[in-house]
Amino acid sequence: MEATTYNYKVVRQFAIMTVVWGIVGMLVGVTLATQLIWPELTYGIEWLSYGRLRPLHTNAVIFAFGGSGLFAVSYYIVQRTCQVRLWAEKLAAFTFWGWMAVIVLAAVTLPLGYTSTKEYAELEWPIDILITLVWVAYALVFFGTIAKRKTKHIYVSNWFFGAYILTIAILHIVNNLELPVTLTKSYSLYAGVQDAMVQWWYGHNAVGFFLTTAFLGMMYYFIPKQAGRPIYSYRLSVVHFWSLNFIYMWAGPHHLQYTALPDWAQSLGMVFSLMLLAPSWGGMMNGIMTLSGAWHKLRTDPILKFLVTALSFYGMSTFEGPMMAIKTVNALSHYTEWTVGHVHSGALGWVAMITIGSMYYLIPRLYGRESMYSTKMIEWHFWLSTIGVVLYIASMWIAGVAQGLMWRAANADGTLTYSFAQVLNTMYPFYGIRLLGGVLFFSGMLMMAWNVWKTVRIGRVVNDAAIPQAVHA
Amino acid sequence: MSDFTHGFWPIYISVITVASIVGTWAFLRSQTTRKLAPGEKPELMEHTWDGDLQDLNNPLPRWWLGLFYGTLVFAAAYLLLWPGLGNFAGVLGWTSSGAYEAEVKAAEAKFQPVYARFMKQDIASVAADPEARAIGRNLFLTYCSQCHGSDATGARGFPNLTDHDWLYGGDPDTIVATLTGGRNGIMPALGEVLGPQGTKEVANHVLSLSGRKHDAALAAAGKVKFAENCAACHMPDGTGMQALGAPNLTDKVWLYGGSEATIIETITKGRNGVMPAMTQTLGTTSNKEAKLHLLAAYVYGLSQKQ
Repeated sequence: MEATTYNYKVVRQFAIMTVVWGIVGMLVGVTLATQLIWPELTYGIEWLSYGRLRPLHTNAVIFAFGGSGLFAVSYYIVQRTCQVRLWAEKLAAFTFWGWMAVIVLAAVTLPLGYTSTKEYAELEWPIDILITLVWVAYALVFFGTIAKRKTKHIYVSNWFFGAYILTIAILHIVNNLELPVTLTKSYSLYAGVQDAMVQWWYGHNAVGFFLTTAFLGMMYYFIPKQAGRPIYSYRLSVVHFWSLNFIYMWAGPHHLQYTALPDWAQSLGMVFSLMLLAPSWGGMMNGIMTLSGAWHKLRTDPILKFLVTALSFYGMSTFEGPMMAIKTVNALSHYTEWTVGHVHSGALGWVAMITIGSMYYLIPRLYGRESMYSTKMIEWHFWLSTIGVVLYIASMWIAGVAQGLMWRAANADGTLTYSFAQVLNTMYPFYGIRLLGGVLFFSGMLMMAWNVWKTVRIGRVVNDAAIPQAVHA
Repeated sequence: MSDFTHGFWPIYISVITVASIVGTWAFLRSQTTRKLAPGEKPELMEHTWDGDLQDLNNPLPRWWLGLFYGTLVFAAAYLLLWPGLGNFAGVLGWTSSGAYEAEVKAAEAKFQPVYARFMKQDIASVAADPEARAIGRNLFLTYCSQCHGSDATGARGFPNLTDHDWLYGGDPDTIVATLTGGRNGIMPALGEVLGPQGTKEVANHVLSLSGRKHDAALAAAGKVKFAENCAACHMPDGTGMQALGAPNLTDKVWLYGGSEATIIETITKGRNGVMPAMTQTLGTTSNKEAKLHLLAAYVYGLSQKQ
């Protein structure tokens, strides 16, 4: 018999864990920011040292917080826009428990120092295999649901989710090809500059497809829903979807400017990064222009504020990225705090804020309520987050540019003007401002947790959202 | 050396790159529709999802198209001028290694006269020259301060350079030799040879050498063992041997610490102090010798002040 309701259980599980992992990941981030000011913070305990916690922070916010958010919304959106219940629900349940197992294993092995040393792909080979299994299951559930859809056309969000699921599978497998030595140690199949190039082909496209494409899929559902307006341009969706996915694949070498990577590859990385500007902005335009005729809602609706501010940070960091890929700019910005600021304008400003806004839309609906427990708290959360991100990125801009300029400053006799310690000393006030920004953002997340807790407690679990029988054209 | 293992690859790369840029251009052209007339409403696409999700079909914004085309033109021009299309070197003939060599050459030409003057003077005279000291200090902050500290007073395991105590000697020639070739101060681990009790005895003897608080009975027992195991490097009276970098144990200077516990640790596990050879870190420029000269003079000068 055909199902008459949507599967909200797995959506609910992932949605709640999004909030939980967001808090965990950002708490580690705040700890790291504090360690940069007071290195003795964790009493020299090796498991809590900066080098061990740093990959835990990145993995927790990208794959645990961001990943859970994407699983939740993609399962929700694919069902509702295809008008069918999830295909292979046992596999969907496996993706939840499997993904949680990956996160817990990461949280144990990274502080213990087990790492394959590839940035954003530090987890060792047994965990890599588990990730692959979960991801294949995810692809089966997602594309299986698309295949049995009732609607004729595939909704734009699903194009983006589809692209992200496919590419992440390829990226993960190719970059993690490695020769196991023991259960906890392996060596990459590639060596030297090839290894670096494969790593940054992966690293940049993890940003491209995990943190950009997938979250654009999120944006394409929740902005028109919350604004109550049709998407600005179908054609723009098509053009920027294909150009974004096509051009992103080339941009990886910009992480290796002025290294042993051959000149031709560096140049290609740079020009394709610049070509990425318009396709990236296509998504921002389409989201923001969707609000035409609904701008007044921004004044009163904090969820919409989250979504639209996220798009603004998205536009800003996708402008900044291509600029930083230009060789002469990169010569100044690379290895400085500027990069850290750039990453966080994307990670906090775009990824976290679009996710938070979407969760505030989603969670009441998963628990049979009209809205969150407190709208006022969402408003507060919005301002805490926005001020937090602005403090973070502004301090890192100043710190990064100062750092770059101080490193290259030379005296008339050819010696360096500033020693490493002097440059570090200059960083402290900015590290302080960054910590403040991080703490503000983190406290907003605690507020969210409280708001979600209250919403869940007075709501009721919805397992029976009915699938409309009438199918639109 | 070619970047490619086979002549096929540069062609492969060039063809794909050019086809991608041209293809993107053609794709944009094919998707460009006429502008809406003033007051004209955009088409509303016929599909609806999830109750109310719909698409308008506005034409691509003109400024956005302009931006996209602009980056394509930039890409084409850049790849014409700079290396990018496989083996094609670019019209400007620029290479990153060429740019690096040109910069180094320019720097050498510019700074050579500054250094030439000091090369004619011996270390002691250079150390007395305030201008040379300023350069030396900058070099020290760049290359040495990570271990020896910004004020050169050292840290645990890294000697203080401002006192008059030298592991290998503080005359100009020895300082130059230390900087040039580096040093490796190895103290072998004696824990297994001496055993816990023997180690404790030797440690107490070592404490007694510099007049520190010690157990006289243990120290007396340790004296023989010291003569057998330690005196070859540290000399029978414990005054050390600069030729080997074996520290004087009778003074108040302790590289790793002078408590009983630390001395026991040192004897048990040994020590391995490494000072890297500066010839490897000062780069490949022709100023390298002069930098080493100035650095040696600065370090020499540090201990001449008091």
